[in-house]
Amino acid sequence: MFRNALLGAALIFFPGGAAGAEDLPVLNVYTYDSFVSEWGPGPRVEQAFEAQCKCDLQFTALGDGAALLARIQLEGERTKADVVLGLDTNLTARAAETGLFASHDRVVAGLDLPIEWTDTRFLPFDWGYFAFVYDRTKLSDVPRSFTELAAMPEDFKIIIEDPRSSTPGLGLLMWVKAAYGDRAPEIWAGLAPHILTVTKGWSEAYGLFLKGEADMVLSYTTSPAYHIIAEQDDSKAAAIFDEGHYLQIEVAGRLVTSKQPKLAAEFLDFMLSDAFQSIIPTGNWMYPVLTPKSGLPEGFENPVPAEKALLMSPKQAVDMRKDALDEWLHALSK
Amino acid sequence: MAARAQQIGPSGFAGFGVALLLAALSLGTLAVVGLNAEGLFSLGPADWAALRFTVSQAVVSAILSVGLAIPLARALARRRFVGRRLLVLLLGAPFILPVVVAILGLLAVYGRSGILSDVLVGIGYRPLEIYGFDGVVLAHVFFNLPLVTRLLLQGWQAVPAEQFRLAAQLGIDGHNFTRHLEWPILRAVLPGAFVTVFLLCVTSFAVALTLGGGPRATTLELAIYQAFRFDFDLGRAALLAVMQFALCAVAAVLAWKTGRTSEFSPGIERLAERWDGRSWFASIGDGIMIVMVALFLLVPTVMVIVNGLHGLATLPASIIPAAMRSILVALGSALLTLWLAVMLALAIARQEPQNPRVSGLLEGVGYLSIAASPMVIGTGLFLLLFPHIDPARLALPITALVNAAMSLPFALRALLPAVRQARQDYGALADSLGMTGLSGFRLAIWPRIRPAAGFATGLAAALSMGDLGVIALFADADGPTLPLLMYRLMGAYQMQAAAGAGLLLLVLSLGLFWVFDREGRHDAGA
Repeated sequence: MFRNALLGAALIFFPGGAAGAEDLPVLNVYTYDSFVSEWGPGPRVEQAFEAQCKCDLQFTALGDGAALLARIQLEGERTKADVVLGLDTNLTARAAETGLFASHDRVVAGLDLPIEWTDTRFLPFDWGYFAFVYDRTKLSDVPRSFTELAAMPEDFKIIIEDPRSSTPGLGLLMWVKAAYGDRAPEIWAGLAPHILTVTKGWSEAYGLFLKGEADMVLSYTTSPAYHIIAEQDDSKAAAIFDEGHYLQIEVAGRLVTSKQPKLAAEFLDFMLSDAFQSIIPTGNWMYPVLTPKSGLPEGFENPVPAEKALLMSPKQAVDMRKDALDEWLHALSK
Repeated sequence: MAARAQQIGPSGFAGFGVALLLAALSLGTLAVVGLNAEGLFSLGPADWAALRFTVSQAVVSAILSVGLAIPLARALARRRFVGRRLLVLLLGAPFILPVVVAILGLLAVYGRSGILSDVLVGIGYRPLEIYGFDGVVLAHVFFNLPLVTRLLLQGWQAVPAEQFRLAAQLGIDGHNFTRHLEWPILRAVLPGAFVTVFLLCVTSFAVALTLGGGPRATTLELAIYQAFRFDFDLGRAALLAVMQFALCAVAAVLAWKTGRTSEFSPGIERLAERWDGRSWFASIGDGIMIVMVALFLLVPTVMVIVNGLHGLATLPASIIPAAMRSILVALGSALLTLWLAVMLALAIARQEPQNPRVSGLLEGVGYLSIAASPMVIGTGLFLLLFPHIDPARLALPITALVNAAMSLPFALRALLPAVRQARQDYGALADSLGMTGLSGFRLAIWPRIRPAAGFATGLAAALSMGDLGVIALFADADGPTLPLLMYRLMGAYQMQAAAGAGLLLLVLSLGLFWVFDREGRHDAGA
């Protein structure tokens, strides 16, 4: 019985050869996990691109943006990735340092981004603002800044993500730094008593928040739109802060080692087309970089004026993060 | 005689081969990561703080887990009641649940908006605030108390029924009963169990972070993760992994020095009827113990079930292939674990009389993987394989292999006492009858270790089922396992469906465990 089971397992473990799709050229795109899930944009993007490219688009899904970069660093020049999709501007400087990313050779204009896009290697495909999300049926006195948050009663609790293991966590670190600069340690000291806990990633934090563990959770301004559109629940809202909100701009880049440079370039063009961009709002729950012809769905009204958008340049972000992390660790370890 | 005694069981080389494989998986991958490092590296004060927190929470968690498990296991061993088996089965649930599911279940009871807090607020108190050192310890006891309890029950079940009858006839009760019947088993099982829990808590990461409430609760494993992900500093990751190994090695050596094998003579095999603890006092004490711990462990599990029921209807169709993949990985991994553990346990038991050092070394290697960082193993394997083959194509076999290595310490813990006992009791007899090699193993050893083997295989299957492990590093987009799919659901705001997937995972894990465990206990002659 054991022997048969082993044989059966072996057959499923090692399927006979890759099921090649009639010798179509393969475009390998590395991206993060939630992009490829069936609720994410991945499947629809794949379908739409394959309809035009006469190719086989294959996603490889790896944790989050930081995991993507680590993977490219591990694989180096032997990587089979043609395109990496899902880094953000906190990571692009380190990604560029690897020398593995080609320039996109495009004039980028007319994007619906709060900032001017000048990066010559990476192209943006969506963006969002980090924000604290709360339940308006439970919270009436909503803090409107970090200082107001720090001044809330002691049992007012927030959940944040760890900057060492998660993108939003790192985003918050940058947010405080961008808003307060050298005063960041002071702000963190004020926030520390309100931090219920720090989680490994966004999923754990948001899950705990939905269970009612804390008053607010670090997420995105677009999170309430998910509840409105997918669950017909308008009880969630994002607290808008006077200091402004830190931007997350998600980007993709083509690799110099790619054996399909033409296809990879075609994919980047496709990424900035209406077909791709119209999938983003309700697929990735982020703002598209080009407003779809059909407009933005309900709940996607931008609550943050462009002049309140905070963002460090990729280089600043890299130079800053070690010190910012040390300040954070110091303030929260007391 | 000594030379003959070496012959029983399958070839002795297999055990050494297994040890080599395990060493390669844990230490070899670490070396690969270290060799790929660039430049010099050093440890900062934050790393030492992580080490201090790691050790202190692990020691306290292990003491509490073991301390509570002794009265619980004793109570369960000497009481018979309706639903006892189901209770023992369900008690194991926390240990095999995916971390995030277990945390949500735990917080549904002990969290700020959990059941207990609701009660407290209802009667005018403040809600519970478990985040911090207490939270970490609570969670670790929640996860590990059932494991130690099972290991102890396993040990006590190995005491021949005649011993209990004899003790009852001789009027041995109370203190003397403990000293002559219970203590030898405790002495044999506890040090290993203690170290197992200690090591599990050392390598904890998401639990410690989430319930620890912030960077105060940084464990070495989180520091390793940070070195990979935040800094991409392979050298620092390797150095931290070495620290983790060193810490675990010290703990393991201490346990090995204090542990003793039990010295019971063989009896005829049957379910022991316990004659001790018949007083009113003992009965009430046992009852309270069982009810309290059952509440502590079961209510969160029930919350996982209740939450999951709502989500079942929203599960996507892809849940079925994902579940199939997970079952296959779990079965492959469990059978591999059984084979590895039996080979290793035989080699250990065989070497014990003449070469205690060799045997100790083999045993140590068997526990190595518990000290290994999954991140380091995964990355090391990746670096080894990547130049030669597309890692995504090997995702499932590698996951099964690594999961087997990860389950091995528990399997070995469960099997080794039984194998030792079997060899001690029947080894000489089998040798004198000329039963050597495979037939000797099948006739003399296997029937004796079958219950432990069933338990160990079931545990390995369940652990493998719920583990996210290295699959995250190797998987391609199209073939997620159940835990990976569950995380993807969460990442896409589908918390309800994720809870449903968590419930499915719980049912499948416990189901697999139950099947193997039952297979081990039934028709012991086959």
